[in-house]
Amino acid sequence: MDTIKTPLYEAHQRLGARFIEFHGYELPLEYTGIIEEHLAVRNQAGLFDLSHMGEIEVQGGDALRLLQRLITNDAERLADRKILYTPLCNPQGGIIDDVIVYRFNRERFLMVVNASNIQKVYEWMQGNSLPGARVLDRSQELGMIAIQGPLSQSVVEGVLGKDIANLSHHALVEEGGMIVSRTGYTGEDGFEVYTPNERCPVLWENFMSAGKPLGLRPAGLGARDTLRLEAGLLLYGNDIDDNTTPLEAGIAWTVKFYKEDFIGKETLLSQKASGVKRRLVGLELLERGIPRTGHPILADSNKIGYVTSGTFSPSLQKPIAMGYVESNYAEVGASALGGPVPLLVEIRGRQLKARIASLPFYKRGG
Amino acid sequence: MEFPQDLYYTETHEWLRVKDGEVTVGITSYAQEQLRDVVFIELPRVGKKVKAKDPCAVIESVKAAFDIYAPLSGTITGVNKELEGQPELVNKDPYGLGWMFVLKMEDLTQLQTLLNAQAYASIIKEGH
Repeated sequence: MDTIKTPLYEAHQRLGARFIEFHGYELPLEYTGIIEEHLAVRNQAGLFDLSHMGEIEVQGGDALRLLQRLITNDAERLADRKILYTPLCNPQGGIIDDVIVYRFNRERFLMVVNASNIQKVYEWMQGNSLPGARVLDRSQELGMIAIQGPLSQSVVEGVLGKDIANLSHHALVEEGGMIVSRTGYTGEDGFEVYTPNERCPVLWENFMSAGKPLGLRPAGLGARDTLRLEAGLLLYGNDIDDNTTPLEAGIAWTVKFYKEDFIGKETLLSQKASGVKRRLVGLELLERGIPRTGHPILADSNKIGYVTSGTFSPSLQKPIAMGYVESNYAEVGASALGGPVPLLVEIRGRQLKARIASLPFYKRGG
Repeated sequence: MEFPQDLYYTETHEWLRVKDGEVTVGITSYAQEQLRDVVFIELPRVGKKVKAKDPCAVIESVKAAFDIYAPLSGTITGVNKELEGQPELVNKDPYGLGWMFVLKMEDLTQLQTLLNAQAYASIIKEGH
């Protein structure tokens, strides 16, 4: 199958990007190097092409009702022109996708979904449709550019004006077919911009030329992954999937049990009552090695979990990881039930001492 | 890109410097450039016997781990401990301070299986 090129493909080529295939899309992995790009986002700003992300719009008198049934979080209490993060669960409480919901008004929402899940989510929404709700997949027509980092606001002011640059956290504005929000996936201040494909290249160039003097750099998926992992943000397919629940994944705050009904509520309620058997935790290694996806976590000579994401943290200059462990091993600082036996991560046959670390690993200004 | 004439090379991007039956092994300038930021290196144990083409060390970038293969059969007689604290030496000086391990060969005729600088350079050129 041919890979899909985003509207910014030529721009990336000119910038010397190294590409990677990601769920059918050809996207920049890195330009000058993951560490350099990562640190630019932490200290100045980085520009990302996220055109692979999916955008599904829901419109009509039943739009809110449909969403409320599909998401675990609460879009009813969400103000107009505000945004929330939420899982969509199956009846077993497993996460179909984790998405960002943009509320324009009661009768119009945009759901930003992971590239890997566009088709699955669209079909799920169709399957649960209500007569008064129209579901439109706009993924093919919309490109997406994110600018992230402490200097984002000044760059956005230069390109899109003061009003947009002054958007408050998790707010959105729509202007002439372009949607801008103060959101991101890096643990830094930043903006995400959705615009018709054909307008992406000019917007990218404008951000680049306004930002370059301030230290803005193009940043690839490699830096996006290290940034989100430091910030303790989940990656669908690694840290969460159809078989993990929001309660296990440490995002119980996105599940609003006071809502009358939503898909998965019953199972999640009973899981809440009985307690989760495993929990997603942060991990720190006490010996040399980098935990990676799939590495087993051991304690008391038993496998008690596995690593879901792991990398070398460019900001902290040490290996960091997330993974699931049995709940009684999940206390921060625990090496194993407070006893002298440490947790171990098995990396290529070697068992290395580790301990539970609190998430996030990195906090802005902290 | 630089491929010193006095070294031997493998298709898996290791270089070898031969001296008195002992071979110093590292990765080529091309390989370190492909990896970009090297952040971790796992070296073999001194005294370990290795077979040609067996994985015997691991080099990690931010993104992933890669195997380094024993270019020849023999015994590991030394490793570059400096790399534990400064893995970036592999990027900065791949043919010098970035060396990885020393191998004592069982059989010197094995060297005939390796590439010279020219042959290696042409493999790289073809996009390997």
